[in-house]
Amino acid sequence: MNDEFLLDVRDLERRFGGVRALAGVNLRLKRGEMRCLIGPNGAGKSTFFKMLTGQLRPNSGHILFEGVEIAQKERHEISRLGIGIKNQVPSVFDGVSVYESLWLAAASRVQSRSVEHVVDEVLERLALGSIAHVPVGLLAHGQRQWVEFGMVMALQPRLILLDEPTAGMSQEEVKRAATLIRELNQRASLIVVEHDMQFIRDIAGMVTVFHQGSILMEDTMANVQKDPRVREIYLGRGDA
Amino acid sequence: MLRAPSRGFGWIPHWSWWAGVAASFASFLALPAFVSEYALLQLSVIAVLSMLGVSEGFLWGFSGILSFGQTAFFGLGGYTYAVAALNSDHTALPLLGAIILPGLLAAIVGYFMIYGRIGEIYVSVITLVVTLILEKTMRATSSDEYVIGSVRLGGQNGIPTVPPLNVPFTADGTLGLTGVYFLSGICLLAIYVGLALALRHRWGRVLVAIRENERRAELLGYDSRIYKLWAFVVAGMIAGFAGALYGIWGNFVSPEMFSLGQSAQILIWVIVGGRTILAGPIVGCAVIQYLTAALGTAAVGQVTLVLGVILMLAVVLFREGVLPAAWSGVHRIQSRLRRAD
Amino acid sequence: MEQAIIVAYQAVYAIAFLILISLGLAVIFGMMRVINLAQGEFMMLGAYCCNLAVKHGMALWPSFALAALAVGAFGMLIERILIRFLYGRIIDTLLATWGLSIFIVGGTTIIMGPTTESIPAPFGTMTVGGYGVPTYTLFLIAFAVLALIVTYVLLRYTTAGLVARGTMQNPVMAAALGVPPEAVYMLTFGFGSALTGLAGAVIAPLSGVSPTMGGFFIAKMFITVIVGGQMALLGTLSASTIFGGISGTVDYLVNSVVGDICVLVVAIALLRFLPLGITGRFHRGV
Repeated sequence: MNDEFLLDVRDLERRFGGVRALAGVNLRLKRGEMRCLIGPNGAGKSTFFKMLTGQLRPNSGHILFEGVEIAQKERHEISRLGIGIKNQVPSVFDGVSVYESLWLAAASRVQSRSVEHVVDEVLERLALGSIAHVPVGLLAHGQRQWVEFGMVMALQPRLILLDEPTAGMSQEEVKRAATLIRELNQRASLIVVEHDMQFIRDIAGMVTVFHQGSILMEDTMANVQKDPRVREIYLGRGDA
Repeated sequence: MLRAPSRGFGWIPHWSWWAGVAASFASFLALPAFVSEYALLQLSVIAVLSMLGVSEGFLWGFSGILSFGQTAFFGLGGYTYAVAALNSDHTALPLLGAIILPGLLAAIVGYFMIYGRIGEIYVSVITLVVTLILEKTMRATSSDEYVIGSVRLGGQNGIPTVPPLNVPFTADGTLGLTGVYFLSGICLLAIYVGLALALRHRWGRVLVAIRENERRAELLGYDSRIYKLWAFVVAGMIAGFAGALYGIWGNFVSPEMFSLGQSAQILIWVIVGGRTILAGPIVGCAVIQYLTAALGTAAVGQVTLVLGVILMLAVVLFREGVLPAAWSGVHRIQSRLRRAD
Repeated sequence: MEQAIIVAYQAVYAIAFLILISLGLAVIFGMMRVINLAQGEFMMLGAYCCNLAVKHGMALWPSFALAALAVGAFGMLIERILIRFLYGRIIDTLLATWGLSIFIVGGTTIIMGPTTESIPAPFGTMTVGGYGVPTYTLFLIAFAVLALIVTYVLLRYTTAGLVARGTMQNPVMAAALGVPPEAVYMLTFGFGSALTGLAGAVIAPLSGVSPTMGGFFIAKMFITVIVGGQMALLGTLSASTIFGGISGTVDYLVNSVVGDICVLVVAIALLRFLPLGITGRFHRGV
C-alpha cells in the first residue's frame, strides 16, 4: 500500500459504443496537492471525474484512493470514503432551502450539535447567510454554484473535485473562488478542471493536460503554456 | 415545484400547525353528538381510506415513488385480518399481521425494484401489475378448494363475515359503530402526525433530498436505496393497516380492494388534494367520496366517467394538485386586488 | 407425445397473441416514448366495433377493417386533444391516459351496458395433438405474423416509415425539411391505435366483449413492450416469445393465475438485469 499518494489511477479505460472516452489514464495525486486538469472539450476530463465519484464504472483499470480500490464502488460509498465533487452543471436540491442543503451535507458526516456548527461556519465563510432560507431553485445560477460549493465544503472531504468552478462567474467572484480554493487546499487535496488560464496561474500547482482520453503531459503551468503540443490540441495544426 | 420553507428548519413544527391539528381533531371528537349514524359510517370510511391516500401521498409526493399498487397492500392487509381473525378468535394479532404481511411483500417487491435501480416509469408499471395479479388471483378463488384454515376465500364475493375488533380488557365487547369511528380517526391522526414529524427529522429530509436530486444525495453519502425501500415498506404497512380497518368497518373484504378502480381513486385523491401536502390526500379523499355518494351508487358508469375526466383535467391543468392550484389562484387574485389599490 | 404437441401449440398461440396485442403499443412506445394506459381500452373499442358491425350484418373481415379505421381515427383525436400536451412528461402521460382509460370504460358501460357479449368464431374446430381447438386460433397466429411483417416493412422500407422515424429522432430537422412534426405524431399515434383496434377485433370472436376487458390486456401489453425495450418490433418479438412461451405452457399445465405470476417474476428479473429492456442497448433500427 502506497501511503505517499492519496489518489492512484492506473490504466483507466472507458468506452461508449465505439468511442474511447478514456484510453488508458494514469494519474497520481499526492496528499495535500492541488492539481489542475486542462484540455479541450471532449478530452475526457468530466468522464474522469465521474469515474472518481462512482457515477460511471470503468471498463478496465484501477482507482486507488488512500490505498482502497474504488472503481467498482457505489456513489455513496465513495462519498463516505472522503471524496466530494462539485459538478459542471450545479447539481443541487431545488425544492429545499440553502440552509437545509448544507445541513444535509453536514449531517451525513457528523452528529446533531456539530451539524449546525458546520453549517453556520460554511454559511459565514461563503456569505450565504442572507439567503439561507431561500429555496435553491429560486436562486440565480451563480448563487447555486456557491451553494454546491458549500455542500461540498460541509462534507469536509479529503479530496475535492471541482469541475469548471468558475464557469459563469464575474471577475470579482473568480477572485473569491481562487481565495476559497487556496484555503480549502490547506485541509484537502484538490483536482480542478478549468479553462480560465489566469485562474489556474492564481491557484498554482501542477497541471495535467488531457487529450482524446489520455494524458498528454504533466508539468507546471509555465511549462505547459510554452509547450507547442498543447497549443496544437487547442487550436489545431496550421496545415489542416 | 417549490414551497417556501416554514420559518427556517427544525424538528418541531410551528405552533400554528399544532393548533390546526388539535382543532381538527377536537371537532372530529365532538361530531358524533351532532350527526346521524349514517354520517358517522361515511366519515369512518373516509378516515380509513384517507390513511391509504396519505400512504400514497407520502410515497409519491415526498419520496418521489409513484406506486400504482398501494391497493395490493390494502387488500392484502384486509384479507390477512379477515382470514386470521376468522380462524382464531383473536383480533389483535390478526391486526398486527395485517401490518406485517404487507410490509414483507413491500420489502420483497421494493427490494427488486429499488435495488435494481429501475426507472420510475417501470416502478409504476410493476406496482400496477402486482396489484392486477393479486386482484385476478383473488377473483379466481370462488370454488370451495380455496380455503385457508376454515375460511373460504370466496372469489368475487370476498369474505363477508369479517369479525369486528375485540375491545381489550372486556369479556366479550366488540367495537361498535362509534368505536370504529373513534378508532379510525385516532389512527389517522397518529399516522399523519407520525409522518409529519418523520418528515422533519433527518430520515424524512433525506427522503425529500433524494426525491429532489437522487444523484446529489448519493454524492453526499446517502444510500438512496435503503431510504426509498424503507419509505416503500412504511407506506405498504400503513396501507395494510388501512385494509384491516376497512374490513373491520364494513365487516367484509373483497377483491375490489385490489382493483384498478380503487388504485385510480387513490391517485385521484392525491392529485385533487395536492401531493406536496401531507394532509392533501385526506381532503381529496373526503371530496371524492362525497362526490361519489352524491352521484349515487347505481350510476357506476357515470362515476367512473367523471373520475376519469377529473384525472385527465387535473394532470393537464393542475400539476401541483387541484387544491394547491386553487389556493395559489386565490393568492394571485388577492395580490392583484392589493396592487389595484 | 400428444401432450407435447398441444403444449407447443398453446405456447405458439400465446406468443402470437402477445405479438398481436402488443404491436400497436410497441409502435407508440417505441417511436414516441409515450405510455398510453388506455391502449387496453382501444382494444376493447376495436372489439366492440367488430361486434356491432357483425351483429348488424357486416361480414367478419370488413368488420376488422372498420374497427382498425375507427379506433385509428379515435387515436388521432386523442393525440390532438390530450397526448400532445404531455410530451416529455412520462409520468403525467401515464396518469392522464389512465384517466382516459377509466373515462372510456365508464362511457362504454353507460352506452353498451356492463354485460359481456360475443360473436361466434368462424372455421369450426380442428384437432391438435388429440385435443379440439378452434381453427380460428390458427388464423390468429397467421394474422399476428402478417401484422408484424407488414408493420416492419412499413416502418423500415417505405417513405412514410422513414419520415416517421426521422421525425421522432429529430423533429426540428424534419420541420426544416418541410415535414410538420405534429402531423407525424398524430398519424403515428393513429397508426398504433389502429393496430390495437384491429387486434381487438381479431380476438373478439374468441373472447367475450365487455367494457372492462381492457384491464386484462393492458398488463400483458405493457410487460411485453417495456421488457422488449427500445426497438419496437425486435423487442416485442423477443419479449413475446419469452412471455408467450412461459404463459402458454404454464397456463395450460397449471392454470392462468400461476402463469401470470411466472410471467411477472420473469419480467421483474429481466428488468433487474436489463434495466432498459432486452433491446435497450441497441440504438439503431426498428
